[in-house]
Amino acid sequence: MARGEGLSIDTRPASADSTPARRGAVSAFFARKRKTQVALLLLPPAWIVVGYLAALVVLLVSAFWTTDTFTGNVIHVYSWENLRSVYTDHLFRTVTLRTIGVALLVTLIDALVAFPMAFYMSVIARPATRRMLVIAVLTPLWASYLVKAYAWRSLLSPTGALTYVTGGHTPGYGLTATVITLAYLWLPYMVIPVYAGFERLPRALLEASADLGAGAGRTIRSVIVPMVFPAIAAGSIFTFSLTLGDYIAVGIVGGKTQLLANVIYGQLVTANDQPLAAALSTVPLLAIVLYLLAMRRTGALENV
Amino acid sequence: MVLSPRLRWTLRILTILGLAFLYIPLLLVIVNAFNSSRTFAFPPSGFTLRWWSDTWHSSGARTALWTSVKAGLGATAIALVLGTCAAFAVQRYKFFGRSTVSFLVILPIALPGIVTGIALNAAFRNEFGDNGFGLRTIIIGHATFCVVIVFNNVQARLRRMGGALEEASRDLGATGLQTFRYVTLPNLRGALLAGALLAFGLSFDEIVVTTFTSGPGTQTLPLWIFGNLFRPNQAPVVNVVAAVLIVVAVVPVWVAQKVSDGAEQSRF
Amino acid sequence: MTTMLRRTSTVVSLLAALSLVAACASSKSGNTSTSKRSVPKIAMATAVGPGEGALNIIVWAGYAEDGSNDKTVDWVHPFEQQTGCKVNAKIGNTSDEMVQLMKTGQYDGVSASGDATLRLVYGGDVAPVNTNLVPNYATVSPFLKNGNWNSVNGQMYGIPHGWGANLLMWDSKKIPTDLDSWGAVFDKSSAYKGKVTAYDSPIYIADAALYLMATQPSLGITDPYSLTPSQLDAAVALLKQQKSNVGEYWSDYTKEVQAFESGTSDVGTTWQVIANLITADKKTTVKTAVPKEGVTGWSDTWMISAHAQHPNCMYKWMNYIISPTVNAQVAEWFGEAPAQTLACQHTVDKSFCDTYHALDSSYAGKIHYWTTPQTQCVNGNGKSDCTDYATWVSKWQEVKG
Repeated sequence: MARGEGLSIDTRPASADSTPARRGAVSAFFARKRKTQVALLLLPPAWIVVGYLAALVVLLVSAFWTTDTFTGNVIHVYSWENLRSVYTDHLFRTVTLRTIGVALLVTLIDALVAFPMAFYMSVIARPATRRMLVIAVLTPLWASYLVKAYAWRSLLSPTGALTYVTGGHTPGYGLTATVITLAYLWLPYMVIPVYAGFERLPRALLEASADLGAGAGRTIRSVIVPMVFPAIAAGSIFTFSLTLGDYIAVGIVGGKTQLLANVIYGQLVTANDQPLAAALSTVPLLAIVLYLLAMRRTGALENV
Repeated sequence: MVLSPRLRWTLRILTILGLAFLYIPLLLVIVNAFNSSRTFAFPPSGFTLRWWSDTWHSSGARTALWTSVKAGLGATAIALVLGTCAAFAVQRYKFFGRSTVSFLVILPIALPGIVTGIALNAAFRNEFGDNGFGLRTIIIGHATFCVVIVFNNVQARLRRMGGALEEASRDLGATGLQTFRYVTLPNLRGALLAGALLAFGLSFDEIVVTTFTSGPGTQTLPLWIFGNLFRPNQAPVVNVVAAVLIVVAVVPVWVAQKVSDGAEQSRF
Repeated sequence: MTTMLRRTSTVVSLLAALSLVAACASSKSGNTSTSKRSVPKIAMATAVGPGEGALNIIVWAGYAEDGSNDKTVDWVHPFEQQTGCKVNAKIGNTSDEMVQLMKTGQYDGVSASGDATLRLVYGGDVAPVNTNLVPNYATVSPFLKNGNWNSVNGQMYGIPHGWGANLLMWDSKKIPTDLDSWGAVFDKSSAYKGKVTAYDSPIYIADAALYLMATQPSLGITDPYSLTPSQLDAAVALLKQQKSNVGEYWSDYTKEVQAFESGTSDVGTTWQVIANLITADKKTTVKTAVPKEGVTGWSDTWMISAHAQHPNCMYKWMNYIISPTVNAQVAEWFGEAPAQTLACQHTVDKSFCDTYHALDSSYAGKIHYWTTPQTQCVNGNGKSDCTDYATWVSKWQEVKG
């Protein structure tokens, strides 16, 4: 299980938010007491959140530093050089575009595969079958991410199972294999939120749609997809960000392909250029933050 | 909507195909755990239980497994406390910055692991020195992204509960602490357990952040797997470990499902 | 609107406060010029005390065998029993990884190749070695002592371990004729399209330069590590052309073993130990050769970290690993020439040292050992128009696309 999946298995519709109690004369006292309560409650999580943010800020600041090219030691000389090269260098732009392309493709594939599965699981399957299907979808997440990637390496190898079944044809290791493997790895992270979205879908709407004369196709297009879309968006956050940050699966099945995280890792380890690696990290960081903000407006964050 | 037989069958077939896609590589792993060929030629060249006894005697695998369990328990414990606190703060109180909290809490898990890893590595180096890396730094690193899982589960549950029960309890004279202990907590049990299981699973399989936050002497199971994945003598052992994980994993997943469904009965 | 203003100002003040944290982050300063460099002053050990009970080292694959690859190949456990130092060996796949790992300060020592040694010395990551504390050093091959890759101003910074070449390897079942030229991996119309493999490190550029030295003498390359910008561009162009024939690059040695055994790769650059492992597995047969254009190689040195937590154990290890019997074991397992002259009497194969020319200093001089390229040309022609390693790193990333 590589990243947070089905962060909430609970799928029933929400009731209204609770509001603080107002009791007239003692409300002021309660208000003060509540402020301390909030402060106390927020203190422990704040410790880890602020610590994490501080680490991120140090990382971002280090992007402005440079390294001694021979020894690899970091020098506290401020310069825009790293950031400039990250956003203008031909190689970095090619790799970034390639990575974003792969991320979008993987998201699309997962959404297309997850949609009918979640539809069946939620709307058509009997309750007993439904629970078994959910367990069936969640269990692969516990199989080690590395082993799953390696299983695909084995499947796609020139002497592997795929060659045996298709009589000698296999895409081999490369961009195709990378897309397939990544789509495979993140599929459960898409199925669970979409399934949750389907659970929240009022069945009455489906009946109403039928009563108004719409066929299955029309209902899916005009009623189901718009309503389930926030859930798909929620799932897409995982597939997108997980793909953007992956360098291990690419190294296992990607052959000679490089994705953004490989370049970052390469700069950190091969070039010993931590500032440049930090500068490169701003690219996925920005991409994810922008994506999260965009998804926020679709209501996806409530569905995660 | 008309759930025509044709629609039912189309969806049924697509679901079966989807499940096949999910499970064929896993079946391959299990088959290879018994495959007498060390390089997993297909079709398997023979059946053997040799790898299972090798795994049983592999001290590297056992140590790594134990380290992973300890790290997972530590990270889950921290995540339970911090996640529940944050969920309560966000769900039961109104304060400045409330909507930002959800956004901030999700960051460690949304950002690519390599970014989190590099950032935490530098921070730990500053804080604990070059030789301060070990189980402690692994646990802290895992806790950062486990918090959000507990947070989301508890928040969703609190939202569904509403404040009515708690108000009623206070009206009847219970103190805040008594309300929490006798009213809120029992209702949260399901969400806490589900969140804890998911958080543990996440920490158990995490590799990228762990690569940057572990020291030379500490190896979690994923790190051990990564180091042995391609080694001809060790790769079959890795397959056995993976096969065991797959089979054993059904238990916590089933438990988590049962628990979140069971909560249904407590509603009225 | 006010909420957004308040939120922005909070974020800004938060960032400002956190920037103060950033200012506290420690770092080491260093020279930017590559000529007139000064070596950081680091204390040298004067005596070896009792072992500290543990040892964290970074090693090349095959240098610290503990029986897990082959039950009969184990020199780590005897060391642990003799000295009480429990060994924790981390395999570095490339010199770059090793330098980066040493910089974390978490390791006691490293088996550094010539393209890592000087970087570590000038970076203040390793301490000078007191060779008087290593008795077995006296009988090490003289041509490995006080080399320009392992010593500065007459001070040794490590203990020589062994040396060898990067060979050409091919699957002899699929390629029945013996190969004798690097053209097999560099030719545009290679017969092995999609099955070529190459070493995944910028230092591999030197291999391309070496091929050009023989096939395009008009470029004027005299040393594969001293490349002017135009010579470097020619090598890079050759590598980009090679990429279309490459199936996979390798840095993890086990990945190359697996690639050849599964048929993903059929020809490419290798270390002898990889060929030995493939042969032992019997999944396929491979052959190796020293092509006519020459070879790059490595000359490895054990170095002790400037931040070693277990310096006594490290000195004990250095003395142990170049002792005659152990050095012989390592050399035979890995397939390299041992640094220890007395090791030749202890090899299982009595003609081992002859095969590997272990005592032949003129043969040793013909291998183009890994060296870190610098602007001041490392071939000693006095010019300063060569490309440095940082440029090689960017070019390598370009090659891989």
